[in-house]
Amino acid sequence: MIGDPRFWRSGALSATTVMVAVLVILSIDTLRAIRAGGRNVPAYTVINRRIGYAMDAATNRYRPVLGGEELLFGRRYSAQEAAELIERGKLVIQTRACLDCHTMFGIGAYYAPDLTKSWLDPIWPSWQAMTQASSREEAMVRFLQNPDRYPIGIRIMPNLRIDRADAEALVAYLKWLSSIETNGFPARFGD
Amino acid sequence: MIYRSQQLALRYFAASMLLFGVMIAAGLLTSLYYLRVGFLLDVFHFSTAKILHIDTLVLWLLMGFLGSVYWFLPLELEREVEWIGLAQKAFWIFVGTVAAVAATLSFVQYGGTSAASLWLINQGRKYVEAPRWACVLIAAVLVLFGVNVVATALRARRMTGILAVLIADLIPLIVLFLNAFSAEPNMSKDLFWWWWLIHLWVEATWEVFIGCVLAWSLLHLLGASRAIVESWLYVEVAMVLGTGILGLGHHYFWIGTPSYWLGIGGFFSALEPLPLLGMVIHAIYDAGAHRHQILNRPAFAWLLAEAFGNFLGAGVWGFMMTLPQINLFAHGTQWTASHSHFAFWGAYGCAVISVIYLVLQKIRAGRGDFESQAWKWAFALLNIGLVGMSSALLIAGMAQAFYERAIGGSTFQAFLTAQANRWMTEGLQARVLFGLVFTLGYFVLLYDFWKIGKGRRAPETTLRKEASG
Ligand code: HEM
Ligand code: HEM
Ligand SMILES: [Fe+2]
Repeated sequence: MIGDPRFWRSGALSATTVMVAVLVILSIDTLRAIRAGGRNVPAYTVINRRIGYAMDAATNRYRPVLGGEELLFGRRYSAQEAAELIERGKLVIQTRACLDCHTMFGIGAYYAPDLTKSWLDPIWPSWQAMTQASSREEAMVRFLQNPDRYPIGIRIMPNLRIDRADAEALVAYLKWLSSIETNGFPARFGD
Repeated sequence: MIYRSQQLALRYFAASMLLFGVMIAAGLLTSLYYLRVGFLLDVFHFSTAKILHIDTLVLWLLMGFLGSVYWFLPLELEREVEWIGLAQKAFWIFVGTVAAVAATLSFVQYGGTSAASLWLINQGRKYVEAPRWACVLIAAVLVLFGVNVVATALRARRMTGILAVLIADLIPLIVLFLNAFSAEPNMSKDLFWWWWLIHLWVEATWEVFIGCVLAWSLLHLLGASRAIVESWLYVEVAMVLGTGILGLGHHYFWIGTPSYWLGIGGFFSALEPLPLLGMVIHAIYDAGAHRHQILNRPAFAWLLAEAFGNFLGAGVWGFMMTLPQINLFAHGTQWTASHSHFAFWGAYGCAVISVIYLVLQKIRAGRGDFESQAWKWAFALLNIGLVGMSSALLIAGMAQAFYERAIGGSTFQAFLTAQANRWMTEGLQARVLFGLVFTLGYFVLLYDFWKIGKGRRAPETTLRKEASG
């Protein structure tokens, strides 16, 4: 029997079929969990709220902590406005190929820092002083528009012709990104 | 040479090797940004160099794959490939598209905030950054390729085991490429589908594809028995897809996807090295069984390099970082780059080179021994260069995992601290040195492709006639 290729062919077919079936079932559940407003990914209006990241004793993992209202650029975005802003932010990210230098969720290139929790990075207070900005989001906007004026140590980000509206969309994107449940990555962030 | 399809194969191999050279040049350039602060700042971005490097990587391998099938298919079915005239035109469309994309990326680099930029300039999604218009044409070339294969089999009214696996594999391989057009705003969803393309290409459909090509190589190189080769192919398919499909979960640990992927992805991907080990055993077994029939030593050496490289680079290097407890720290570091280089080279680069040697011997048969000093030098330089590069990146990556991820908590400051670490800086310097060794190997390889098997004492004039005829 095992000398007959057809025996092995049936094995290949059944292994593949079973695995594809399981993958499809899991994918249906996963896609539900990761839609904006799903179990793991907050709705885009989360940009109107305070976001934190802390060790969760119950799961023994770092997890996002969603707090009360904390407006971005002093505005309260409606669901529609927030969605448009995020969509624009993603378009800036793709057209400027951010992930060919940086990573998000650890995926991209390794030339520049990971941006998963960049909204929460402890560096911003000192950058606020350096850019003479009135807030964290304002400091981020100023940096993104003229990054080559503010070298970060041994790496300098090039100027990507990002205008004010683009920069605001990016900041909103990064704020939303930091609210996503990522199973504890990155660990010990900001400790 | 008999079949037009095989002439097309030669053109694909030539284009593939040329692009391989472009990829190496772009890789060397990319590696220099790490050594000098402000290198080409605001002139030519790191991102552009890196895009050129990884997109040409995908394309030279795809061209090598197409060439391999256009070579073997008419032999398998003993007839000309259907619609070969169209396929010959498609080749020039493919080449023209790639050249236009390279020019756009080099001179325009990126566009403004509009959908038009995605269509015309840069889509900014890793490995598939090429603008949409180009992806449309590449998809069309791939579809035509699939049609060529299916139509020829139908016309011949014949089906072999290898061919059936190939056809079944081409469908998901081509369908997955459709993800190259996505502009999904939600990053979690975007990456969820993107991994179907990346992982299910390199760890499933490409792996099966190359299994088919190597099965043909074994038949032609060693005269192995078809029943045994086909049984092996089925076993391999069962194990590769049995572990690799759910192994997809090792990319769903941290992108917003539910936590059940930690267990599922960790478990199944940890089994992925098994089929690769199986291939090593198979190769050694065949080498022993057919020791006296090996007339093409370079092709066989590269075939063995493929088996070992696939197992080490993909299997062992992948396994090292595939359990979530380790991946939490190793994820997205130079460690990843170490594995990427070793795996792509071992699994696919070596295979394409092996097939090219096999083909060269067939077209130059009877004109002197198929032997040279140069192939050994190329073999040694390329593999030492690559393994050296991967080892340097592994050391840099482990330092990065430790200082940036584990101790530093992955903040901007932790990133900078890790980049300044000596293991890191020296590792990245060593990478460039080994990259130069690799580059030297590339040129020796080209020289050998040009020379080998042409007969050392043949006068210059006949050589030219042979090359053009
Ligand atoms: C002269 C030889 C080479 C040099 C100097 C080189 C250098 C580089 C550099 C600097 C990067 C960017 C990594 C980053 O994001 O920081 C890269 C990425 C990459 N290279 Fe190469 N490379 C070379 C050859 C190759 C070869 C032969 C292959 C495959 C066959 C390859 C496949 C890749 C892949 C897959 C990536 C993406 C890795 C990832 O992001 O994980 N490279 N290479
Ligand atoms: C031919 C086979 C393979 C190729 C060409 C390959 C290539 C790659 C590439 C290019 C990446 C980086 C993706 C990115 O972020 O851009 C990657 C990541 C990864 N691969 Fe593979 N791989 C192969 C097989 C395997 C196998 C068999 C395993 C496990 C046993 C494995 C485990 C991993 C893991 C865990 C990652 C994620 C790294 C991270 O978290 O940063 N790979 N692979
Ligand atoms: Fe994978």
